[in-house]
Amino acid sequence: MRLAEAWRVALDALRANRLRSLLTMLGVVIGVAAVVALVAIGTGTKEQIERQVEGLGSNLLLVVPGRIEAGSAPTSSPLTLDDIDAINRVVGDRTRVAVTIASGETVRAGSRTGFSSMQGVLETTPTVFVRRLDRGSYLTRTDVSTGRRVAVLGAGTARDLFADRDPIGRQITIGGVRFRVIGVFEPLGQSLGVDRDSEVHVPVTAAQRLLGTERIDGIAIRAPDRERIGELSDAVVAALAERHPDTDFSAVTQEQILGVLGDILGVLTGVLAAIAGISLLVGGVGVSNIMLVSVRERTKEIGLRKAVGARPRDIGVQFLLEAVLLTTTGGVLGMLLGGSAALLVDRLSPVPAALTWWSMALAFGVSAAVGIVFGVVPAQRAGRLDPVVALRTE
Amino acid sequence: MNTPAIVAEDVSRTYQLDGLSVPALRGVSLTVEPGDYVAIVGTSGSGKSTLMHLLGGLDRPTGGTLLIGGRDVARLTPNELAELRNTTIGFVFQSFHLLARTTAQDNVGLPLVYRGIGRRERRERAAAMLDRVGLAHRITHRPNQMSGGEQQRVAIARALVTGPSVLLADEPTGNLDSATGQSVLALLESLNDDGVAVVLVTHDREVAARARRQIVMRDGLISATR
Repeated sequence: MRLAEAWRVALDALRANRLRSLLTMLGVVIGVAAVVALVAIGTGTKEQIERQVEGLGSNLLLVVPGRIEAGSAPTSSPLTLDDIDAINRVVGDRTRVAVTIASGETVRAGSRTGFSSMQGVLETTPTVFVRRLDRGSYLTRTDVSTGRRVAVLGAGTARDLFADRDPIGRQITIGGVRFRVIGVFEPLGQSLGVDRDSEVHVPVTAAQRLLGTERIDGIAIRAPDRERIGELSDAVVAALAERHPDTDFSAVTQEQILGVLGDILGVLTGVLAAIAGISLLVGGVGVSNIMLVSVRERTKEIGLRKAVGARPRDIGVQFLLEAVLLTTTGGVLGMLLGGSAALLVDRLSPVPAALTWWSMALAFGVSAAVGIVFGVVPAQRAGRLDPVVALRTE
Repeated sequence: MNTPAIVAEDVSRTYQLDGLSVPALRGVSLTVEPGDYVAIVGTSGSGKSTLMHLLGGLDRPTGGTLLIGGRDVARLTPNELAELRNTTIGFVFQSFHLLARTTAQDNVGLPLVYRGIGRRERRERAAAMLDRVGLAHRITHRPNQMSGGEQQRVAIARALVTGPSVLLADEPTGNLDSATGQSVLALLESLNDDGVAVVLVTHDREVAARARRQIVMRDGLISATR
């Protein structure tokens, strides 16, 4: 029997039981749609996080007290601005070193109130990270050295406090202390789940006075090039270890952060896809079941076809194609459904989703494979039917 | 055309049912010559259906030798046996066995599907064969749109489309009223006149009487030949 003819017969058989074929297909449709949509969401999330980490700046090295590993308790920071002088000597370029001390504070302008993440920083922040101003100017070295009470507002905080008015030159209070607004950042959105637009940058010295502390929480260094990150990391950690023998320091690069996050998200995506895959498996069992029913129903037809010269293989192929046609049609429908669902989620919800050709190809391939795997047993049963018995069946 | 169409020598067929051996045929010898017209008669359970299945290559004997078209059935693979059925034998069944959703034309063309013949040629040959059985006007009809007699004529056209040397008809008039049955028999006889051997399995003595030879089956053996 020619393959084209076998396809025609299979299609015809499926059309004869439209509703049943559709319902059987539904299992595969849902399974494939779930796999495609969940993989798209996993991929989209991963891409977004990668963009955010890369968007921080390039060749960054983040130094924090304590060990970065699962289960380690947060360490209270022994770092002070004196340590920064030491690091500046190691790095040899103070514009490449940024610090932060962060605290959540209530900010107020007139009657309007907001909640911000106050960041005590050096004037070097824009030369270390990617951070653009929308209006005004950033902190200066003098602002930092004199502990001047000036602030640069995140786009969200500026909007909350001043709506459409220009905030530059106006007074706000942070934790009850007056500051003067000198600049507003461009909107940045979220990165790694943190709303970057509700940040307020103030000189680290002013922040320390406000918080009544000498400490700083973390240090970021921008290496001149990728090759020297490792070397620089070792030198900085060694310098800090010498000054604080009782504390461990960790230095991580963007690549390390990306690697860890990528691994976690990869596993998460895999788990989601596997769970969705189970529903595909259940759909496959449904196909197998219906194909067995179909073989039984058409026993007489099989007998007749054999009597007029169909070989066992012809009959087997016919039923196998029927199963494959059922699952691949379901696979295509599932791809469309899952793809649309992913696009809808991407557009209408904060969850990002990115369709990848490989997940579509995989879903289609798996649905075809499901048809073959779950169609084989019914097809073999049909092919092996004894024509004498089959013809006698009523 | 000198080799016999079918030769059965001391053919037996025993079924295994729940560990019991049930002999259905116990040594039957029979030759169907080209252009022959044979009726196999017997009551139900006499083994005549089993014999017909064997003669048509649907089943294999458990003993004896069976040659169909000069080929030893015991030595053929399932695929070769299927091919032999396709090329040498035409089946006509009591209940027609037409595909319900398929037109007369495509029902008739079905055996040609398993010869790898394309759709256009199949339809041409099927149309010619429907014309031969007097159903040229029923080409696009489905079985449920036709009378019993017409359905059986479609089945006969299907049996003939491959140009077989033997037509095996199992109670071909069993589901038809007598007038329709007569016309179906007349059709089979006219095909026989054209040179196709016809083997008729029936329990109807009147039908059997029209054949050139009668073989009477009883308890899995040939009890008489006329």
